[in-house]
Amino acid sequence: MAAVGASFGAMAVAAGLPGWATVAMSVLVYAGGAQFMAIGLMSAGNPVAAVLAGLLINARHLPFGLALGDTIGHRLRHRLLGSHLMTDEATAFTLARPAGAARRRAFWLAGALLFLAWNGGTLLGVLVGGVAGDPAAFGLDAAFPAGLIALLLPSLRDRDTRRAALGGAAVAVLTTPLLPAGLPVLLALAGPGLLAVSRLRRRHPAPADDADVPVAAASAEEAGAVPAGAAHAGTVPAGAAHAEAVPAGAAPTGHEEESC
Amino acid sequence: MLIAVIVALAVGTYAFRVAGVLLRDRLDLPTWARQLLPVGAAALLAALAATAALTEVGRFAGWARPAGVLVGVLLAWRRAPFVLVVVAAAGTAALLRLLGVP
Repeated sequence: MAAVGASFGAMAVAAGLPGWATVAMSVLVYAGGAQFMAIGLMSAGNPVAAVLAGLLINARHLPFGLALGDTIGHRLRHRLLGSHLMTDEATAFTLARPAGAARRRAFWLAGALLFLAWNGGTLLGVLVGGVAGDPAAFGLDAAFPAGLIALLLPSLRDRDTRRAALGGAAVAVLTTPLLPAGLPVLLALAGPGLLAVSRLRRRHPAPADDADVPVAAASAEEAGAVPAGAAHAGTVPAGAAHAEAVPAGAAPTGHEEESC
Repeated sequence: MLIAVIVALAVGTYAFRVAGVLLRDRLDLPTWARQLLPVGAAALLAALAATAALTEVGRFAGWARPAGVLVGVLLAWRRAPFVLVVVAAAGTAALLRLLGVP
């Protein structure tokens, strides 16, 4: 996590972002994928697309919050502060523990450590990247996509996710010479959008109780801290009323929240 | 403009995070939506990675960059540590440029 933060810091500075803005972004936004996305689209000259794409990526925190709501705490100030510490990694780490006090401790521990690692890493990257000189001579432009793909790789084990990612990448590359900067990347959403429409059409008339199963941790694997045997990797909760593919790493947490 | 982008991203992201936590009992997101949010995020990130690897201001970026990215991706595929992936990608591109590859 610190290493990813450091590469974010170095790349943001290489893309022309001032050091203070890079650090402020890491502290205030605190969402790796969206930050990389925003830097990429801002340096391409499309700040509106940067905000739009970043927020679309971060919409996945909504279901994380639904899954973590009781774990974070019951006092309002705990909930307000804890919400900011919510990430893919913290969510995966937390939901791998049994519900109760242990899970709450796991959330706050993982959340605080990851926050410090990410922001410390960013600061380090800004300081090192600032003295490195010409970014192209050091190949930093190649480090950025390679790092992004490395982060993405674990979630591509899921078939639907893999198709959407490859299709989106192809559409974006092919339309890049034709469209203004930022639009090709947003066009990648066409695939998942069509998938959503087709699912809405053939939706079961009575979804029964499976509407309560939260999709947790889009990237349980990324955390690297999930204990062996933690239930994940595309397994569908027993008794789920349908057999649609669950995104890679989605933990069947339906049973875990009962005792909250 | 820069500050506006950072603030908009920060406020919007926090709103998503806190909405799930506070509205837990009142909000019922349909299953298909919960499943598609991570898929959409993956599609956006893959598109960004692909365009950043291959293009520069609407044109092909030259061979050094995609070659470096390919080395990084192969290492990531073999589960190499993240630092190694990033450094190898940058190193390959830098080396190729040193040898005169655009």
